[in-house]
Amino acid sequence: MNTVATHCPYCALQCGMMLSERPDGGVEVGPRDFPTNRGGLCQKGWTAAELLDHPERLTAPLIGGREATWDEAYSLIVSKILDIQREHSKDAVAVFGGGGLTNEKVYSLGKFARVALGTKHIDYNGRFCMSSAAAAANKAFGLDRGLPFPLADLAEADTLVLVGANVAETMPPFARYLTEQRANGGTQIVVDPRATPTARNATLHLQPTPGTDLALALGLLHIVIAEGLADESYVESRTAGWAAVRASVAGYWPARVERLTGIPVADLEFTARALKRGKAIILTARGAEQHSKGVDTVTAFINLALALGLPGSPGSGFGTLTGQGNGQGGREHGQKADQLPGYRRIDDPAARAHMAAIWGIDAAEIPGPGISAYEMLDLLGTQIKALMVFGSNPVVSAPNARHIAGRLASLDFLVVCDFVLSETAALAHVVLPVAQWAEEDGTMTNLEGRVIRRRALRKPPPGIGTDLAVMAELGARLSHGNKNGVRFDSAPHIVFEELRRATAGGVADYAGVTWERVDAEDGVFWPCPAADRAGTPRLFDTSFPTPDGRARMFPVEHRPVAEEVDAEFPLYLTTGRVLSQYQSGAQTRRILPGGVFLELHPDLASRMGFDEGTPIRVISRRGEMLAPARLSPAIRPDTVFAPFHYPGVNELTSPALDPISRMPEFKVCAVRLERA
Amino acid sequence: MRILIVGNGMAGARLASDLSSLDTRADVMVLGAEQHPAYNRILLSSVLAGKHRPHDIGLVGGAKARLGVTVTAIDRAAQAVTTESGERIGYDHLILATGSRALVPPLPGLDKAITFRTLDDCHRILGQIDGASTALVLGGGLLGLEAARGLAGRGLKVDVVHAVGHLMERQLDSNASRVLERTLTELGITVHLNASAVRAGADWLELADGRVMRADLLVVACGVRPEIGLATEAGLKVERGIVIDERLRTSDRRISAIGDCAQVGSEVSGLVAPAWEQARVVARQLTGAEPLAVYTPPAPVTRLKASGIDLAAMGSLQAEGAEDLSFQDISSGTYARLLIKNERVAGAVMLGDNPSVGKVIQLFDRKLPVPLDRRALLLGRSLDGSSSVEVDSPALMPDAATVCQCNSVTKGALVNCWRDGRRVLAEVVERTRVTTGCGSCRDTVEGIMNWLARGEAA
Repeated sequence: MNTVATHCPYCALQCGMMLSERPDGGVEVGPRDFPTNRGGLCQKGWTAAELLDHPERLTAPLIGGREATWDEAYSLIVSKILDIQREHSKDAVAVFGGGGLTNEKVYSLGKFARVALGTKHIDYNGRFCMSSAAAAANKAFGLDRGLPFPLADLAEADTLVLVGANVAETMPPFARYLTEQRANGGTQIVVDPRATPTARNATLHLQPTPGTDLALALGLLHIVIAEGLADESYVESRTAGWAAVRASVAGYWPARVERLTGIPVADLEFTARALKRGKAIILTARGAEQHSKGVDTVTAFINLALALGLPGSPGSGFGTLTGQGNGQGGREHGQKADQLPGYRRIDDPAARAHMAAIWGIDAAEIPGPGISAYEMLDLLGTQIKALMVFGSNPVVSAPNARHIAGRLASLDFLVVCDFVLSETAALAHVVLPVAQWAEEDGTMTNLEGRVIRRRALRKPPPGIGTDLAVMAELGARLSHGNKNGVRFDSAPHIVFEELRRATAGGVADYAGVTWERVDAEDGVFWPCPAADRAGTPRLFDTSFPTPDGRARMFPVEHRPVAEEVDAEFPLYLTTGRVLSQYQSGAQTRRILPGGVFLELHPDLASRMGFDEGTPIRVISRRGEMLAPARLSPAIRPDTVFAPFHYPGVNELTSPALDPISRMPEFKVCAVRLERA
Repeated sequence: MRILIVGNGMAGARLASDLSSLDTRADVMVLGAEQHPAYNRILLSSVLAGKHRPHDIGLVGGAKARLGVTVTAIDRAAQAVTTESGERIGYDHLILATGSRALVPPLPGLDKAITFRTLDDCHRILGQIDGASTALVLGGGLLGLEAARGLAGRGLKVDVVHAVGHLMERQLDSNASRVLERTLTELGITVHLNASAVRAGADWLELADGRVMRADLLVVACGVRPEIGLATEAGLKVERGIVIDERLRTSDRRISAIGDCAQVGSEVSGLVAPAWEQARVVARQLTGAEPLAVYTPPAPVTRLKASGIDLAAMGSLQAEGAEDLSFQDISSGTYARLLIKNERVAGAVMLGDNPSVGKVIQLFDRKLPVPLDRRALLLGRSLDGSSSVEVDSPALMPDAATVCQCNSVTKGALVNCWRDGRRVLAEVVERTRVTTGCGSCRDTVEGIMNWLARGEAA
């Protein structure tokens, strides 16, 4: 029986799993003792193989919904792209990537956009996911690796604070570390407007009004200062900007923060004091980050961690929980609008020269920075005439989704690579069927910054291509006549070798990472600049990768949500995940049961005359959706919740963007409810 | 437009900060009479208690403030103010944020006493506590109790003298006052109610009943009065405070007033929340962000939180026509009373350990409907659906109960495993994948298997 050791296709925990091919051709998932999941898997992982031979899987390219040959599809794509670029401009063609793509694909996609298409317009769905945390970490630490320490450190923390993270449902095997941390006698504090399973298991649950995590962080720092809990010698020797930050939180005295957040002063004090007991770790996730002030919120929590002297101290620190499977590697290697591989900036002349040499082109040929995901989608049909989508389903995952679906429909040409007919693929002029995770090799970088191997159990079924092969073939056809002879490889290990060279000397340096080392060492933590050097499981122990080696603190101020509730839209809507589903649900909705619902407090339901299951019309300023009521005392009576895996939910959400990260405010908008 | 702010306190500094964050090029000047840069007056009691250092209570201003500049007159016709040194400063819009001053009762000898209002007052008190072991505080309102708590925090034995029959009579009912008195006693603060002072010296008070109370230090904290002198002399309409309309304009449309000095309707607030909301509104008007912005007063919340004291009071305690809920546990110093009208919190006082205090303040602040089960308001988080799925006996668990959320495994599925002969945890795990997610159900699963082994399922 053919068996491989690989990882789950879904979230950033990238649980180790075994895949075996049964004699009947079916694929079986088995547990695997990898350092992150230690043999654990959730129902998404256990059932992941069911999509491999799913009847809804695409088996041939589709042109206008009809099956076609690959050559027909490629020819059409190339001629359309060339026509559009001739008539308009190179930038009239855009690329939209995803945080689930392997490092090799991410790297190739950035190269494909900049070199083969020559467009500045490339961005990806990670903009809706990690961009706020990434921007804040880059500013503060000079580097963005979700967890700057291995997962196992969590279990050793005396105090663990999770802000807007519901790992018990989103990445269940992660919660083993939480269980262990509590069993070790640790204090666990969870900040969430909902009493999620994660929050219910915590020592203390802080249940703030949606959109007030920033005030919470500022209030905690205020108490840290008032009670003399700051680590003055650390702040003095390892940070810059403390005086301004210190001054800025004088305005966040406990009673004010209590009123803003609804969290009692006593609980604020308990939290601040707990952070000073021994080892402490603060983690943020999308609940704190998917806001129009997400960067400032993360910055405030980083300030708090720095004031307490946590980052770089063994067993302590600040981290963010990456969501998508390759959300970490996906934000490092060039599918972001402003970025080149190795977490380099596209407006940095040295980075451009470095990449130009590797790509065999002139640095001047590399386009400049593009614009962020939502802004790019917003230009579809006007400035952007054609779009190519890889590993993403923005019709479901973008905010203000009805508007975005309209923009997609107005394109002259839409190409989608996927393995099922996702909602976005259904709108495409050309759909290219591509391999699934069990059919391809490559690397992913998990939420710890550990580079791991994805291994193919079997070849893709006949007629199905791979994302890399699509980029290679189109790259070759589009570069036809390019005398520089730019190469696009379809073999992942060859692409990875190019990625190593490309990232050498960058912030996210993979130069010393080889597939062989990854196999031998249970993954390699970046940065790893040379093959004879160890990876870096723990960062910041003696200095930060900033010009002067100090972490930066920036004063930030709380501000209200972009769309406050009012008489017409009196309730907050917040969105999130459920255990059985992943992202836009294109994969998991075809495997696991469940449907959209609206979670609301029994008091609210009673006042509105709703019962369990009552069909409800949820209306925001941008759209509406229908969902049955699900009553739960776990949510605040002023807030309702809907899982974002289903079409419709993001028709409600707000496209208000963070000024720095361009993250949309997924986590709060104002709605009203009606009986449907 | 030249924007001139007179007063660099909580309101004035906040306005300057709001103006600069809305428009970095706004032409703003702030004149502050005190020599200190703007500071957070809320934290003075914390400075007194030794928690905050004086230089840690600075407020982030937005404009360059000129310190130690006292304005002596407003020339409304010329749109200029005159300072103590005779300088004239012109304005296109003037904002009076002159605040309030400590009220000192007109008693013989009391004029020598130290008040508790400014950072200088704070320094003066701190200058006297070295070697002191006792203090007298005249005034049992919020300010007096904050002063008393701060002094007690420095290890002084404190006597609070209050003329009325209960503490903080504007915010508390008599039951709350009694519980608070008890709490204060434990902190080394003795309260004397119905005690009118008739004469005073630098370190003593004589009461109406003839008692003379002595201490190493006397602090007068009898409340504040709006600082309206400048406005009065300029001929602006003043009553108790400077009268302003809903757009925060005085009787001269080129002059606004905000903060403690301002009177909205018949109310003079003395709290920071209204002052900051007023600053926000004026900033939006003057920067053009919202030229017609109007002010809606936030609901008044009084909060006293220091080690050993946790007090929140809000709204009206008029019981007429209201649901009147209360909980008290005098031995632990806990008291909660809520008045509910039209499903909204009309008033509340919460003292001691009340986990729901944050929720109650928000319900009051945002005028949100209260829980149908009112006990959640008095008792806090315990009734709020936060209990986890822990079952004492597996026998009482329904078969449909989910044991493992991560892999959707019910108790029934475990029972079926047992019946199929899978009696070792590893076999059950292999079949059902129970415990393979977060692992937190392991104890429950083992409990069910033990129960099955004992034959209770038969």
